[in-house]
Amino acid sequence: MKMMMMMKVMMMVMVMVMVMVMVSEGSIIEQTCKETQDFNLCVSLLNSDPRGSSADTSGLALILIDKIKGLTTKTLNEINGLYKKRPELKRALDECSRRYKTILNADVPEAIEAISKGVPKFGEDGVIDAGVEASVCEGGFKGKSPLTSLTKSMQKISNVTRAIVRMLL
Amino acid sequence: MASSDALLPISAREEDPLCPYTRLPMADPNQETHGRRRRPFKGLLAVSFGLLFIAFYVALIATHDGSRSNHAGIDEKETITSRARLAGVSEKSNDGLWKLSGDRNTPAFEWNNSMLSWQRTAFHFQPEQNWMNDPNGPLFYKGWYHFFYQYNPNAAVWGDIVWGHAVSRDLIHWVHLPIAMVADQWYDSNGVWTGSATILPDGSIVMLYTGSTDKAVQVQNLAYPEDPSDPLLLKWVKFPGNPVLVPPPGILPKDFRDPTTAWKTSEGKWRITIGSKLNRTGISLVYDTTDFKTYEKLDTLLHRVPNTGMWECVDFYPVSKIADNGLDTSVKGPDVKHIVKASMDDTRFDHYAVGTYFDSNGTWIPDDPTIDVGMSTSLRYDYGKFYASKTFYDQNKGRRVLWSWIGESDSEAADVQKGWSSVQGIPRTVVLDTKTGKNLVQWPVEEIKSLRLSSKQFDIEVGPGSVVPVDVGSATQLDIEAEFEINKESLDKIIRNASVVAEAEEFSCEKSGGSTVRGALGPFGFSVLATESLSEQTPVYFYVAKGKDSELKTIFCTDTSRSSVANDVIKPIYGSVVPVLKGEKLTMRILVDHSIVEAFGQGGRTCITSRVYPTSAIYGAAKLFLFNNALDATITASFRVWQMNSAFIHPYTEEAFRALTRT
Repeated sequence: MKMMMMMKVMMMVMVMVMVMVMVSEGSIIEQTCKETQDFNLCVSLLNSDPRGSSADTSGLALILIDKIKGLTTKTLNEINGLYKKRPELKRALDECSRRYKTILNADVPEAIEAISKGVPKFGEDGVIDAGVEASVCEGGFKGKSPLTSLTKSMQKISNVTRAIVRMLL
Repeated sequence: MASSDALLPISAREEDPLCPYTRLPMADPNQETHGRRRRPFKGLLAVSFGLLFIAFYVALIATHDGSRSNHAGIDEKETITSRARLAGVSEKSNDGLWKLSGDRNTPAFEWNNSMLSWQRTAFHFQPEQNWMNDPNGPLFYKGWYHFFYQYNPNAAVWGDIVWGHAVSRDLIHWVHLPIAMVADQWYDSNGVWTGSATILPDGSIVMLYTGSTDKAVQVQNLAYPEDPSDPLLLKWVKFPGNPVLVPPPGILPKDFRDPTTAWKTSEGKWRITIGSKLNRTGISLVYDTTDFKTYEKLDTLLHRVPNTGMWECVDFYPVSKIADNGLDTSVKGPDVKHIVKASMDDTRFDHYAVGTYFDSNGTWIPDDPTIDVGMSTSLRYDYGKFYASKTFYDQNKGRRVLWSWIGESDSEAADVQKGWSSVQGIPRTVVLDTKTGKNLVQWPVEEIKSLRLSSKQFDIEVGPGSVVPVDVGSATQLDIEAEFEINKESLDKIIRNASVVAEAEEFSCEKSGGSTVRGALGPFGFSVLATESLSEQTPVYFYVAKGKDSELKTIFCTDTSRSSVANDVIKPIYGSVVPVLKGEKLTMRILVDHSIVEAFGQGGRTCITSRVYPTSAIYGAAKLFLFNNALDATITASFRVWQMNSAFIHPYTEEAFRALTRT
């Protein structure tokens, strides 16, 4: 009886160790994210998408560009809401609106097309520009920006995405 | 298995003196029985643990191998290289910009339409609107220079690419024609990409270009003029049997693009080369054909250089060792060297090397392997913004002409607002520098002189630490040719004085602080697109310094770091060492055309193209200055400045066509 119990426990431990070993070896997401400047952000963004676990490097880049698109839409909504709440910021908000619309209408489509078609350098340009547009918008508030945390998110995601796009070059 | 005993947990070892069991004082008669029963049990335990650890090791090895095979190529070496590539490029990226924008005290710059519309060039080739990139299939046919280019008809960013088309009599005055090729076949539905023309001995034209298929595979396609008697070559026909080449085994479907002009082999076949990569090694594949429809791939590569990444827009051509004319692409012989050039996807630099071609097996080796194509030390056509360049042999004037894509250095929001992006460099003749034998020399085509209007000659002595305004009236469209001399005593002081430390090898345009840093013998040159107060300016200059061999070295730079107060544009300092031979004076030529500045050092030995976006040094407020920031040397500058006319590039109209046909 004791023997059987011990055997079962042994088996369980064996299986557990094997699983632990497999997991700690690192998935493609982890291996890829290790090469970026923000491992944790990279992993959390990619793991939050169901396509992440089976994507190749191009696929991972496209997931992140989707995140950039989502963040852009969120920021544009925030900007629209700020017109009423902070009318004194109209001028800066106008500039930001223009900048974020560029990300949505120019940078994102350019990056998606370039990466899907195997000319990633144009994707890199689009991704870099997303960060630039966010920074320029932020600068327009002269130190009193209501968008700082959204700007920081865009800059970080843009950096990580760029690192992954460069792996495709 | 032999190790399993050693792996047994201590409690299983009967002989262990530390084991509490053996210390029990009771000499229990049951103990003996228990011990006997425990032996088989412990044996089983031992075997189980043994199996456990074997499983552990197997799992470790299996998953390690598994993850390796998923990342063909991501091994230790890869990791180091990829981090270097990340780091290397971020220096020339918008990192500087992000720091600026992160500084809360720098307001964002708001571009207005006046500033943006000023940026459009007057005499550089650009379509009326939208995005352009690589030059394609340049050629001369029936009295006309043809230029095709990667074009997005729908936006001011890359995408939806088709072939734009324009013609000219003189490579300067262009007329825009309708789009030559659109993405209307399955083999190019995702993009009609870069290609090259070959003119056959009977004068007919064959065009090879890369198509991105409906499955986004890169293939090579054949096209030719629909009506060879139409000098404007308005319509093109795609070969029904396309694609003529698909990615060969071992080459990934997205690493196969930009076929070159073909050249004749000594066997009488046509040969082309196409850039690609194998892991991180840049390569150029070679194919032979007799009819441009079926090809045999050679087993050998034209060339390969490790750690250079994907080779785009490969170009391959002969240059004369003895004469300054161009050569037809098929020319070979003892008085000829061959150039291999490639555009490096990783760095966006165009590199070339001089070498020897072996026709028997389609291979090429560089004269100097330490500066092989694509290495960071290798030569570049241009040290500024200059990519995807392509030459063609101009049989009309017996010269080889170089085209290049000059992209923007501003934000995409500005491109979208102004409605366009990118220009082409002024076409340049390319020849081997017969004096050094080691590099090419480029020079704007002669025909650009037809744009010269009035000019003024100047001879000015500039003392150390001075800036001299040069009164030329309007200063946004200029052609400047200048000669500089440093006063003899200052030169002697530096060369003869052993205590003067060599600094030339440490100096780099990019890292040595730009034009405001003062050395004994420089920097000195011109400041273009400058405001009266120099709040915005773009200096183009020489920096002369003592080298380790006690000889003087000359570096040629363009400093765009203060070209604009705007913080959403890239403002690098570009340049490189320029060879200056004994007895030569220092010479530079500068073409200023609104947002583009092309600078040529020592007759085109070192060239620098820059994009600049001043906010106030525009229209009538843009001025020209001469400066000398040397600590004690006096410079004498002799130069002429021409006002440059517009090239009036515009779409096809009956009048435009007639006007051009008359010239």
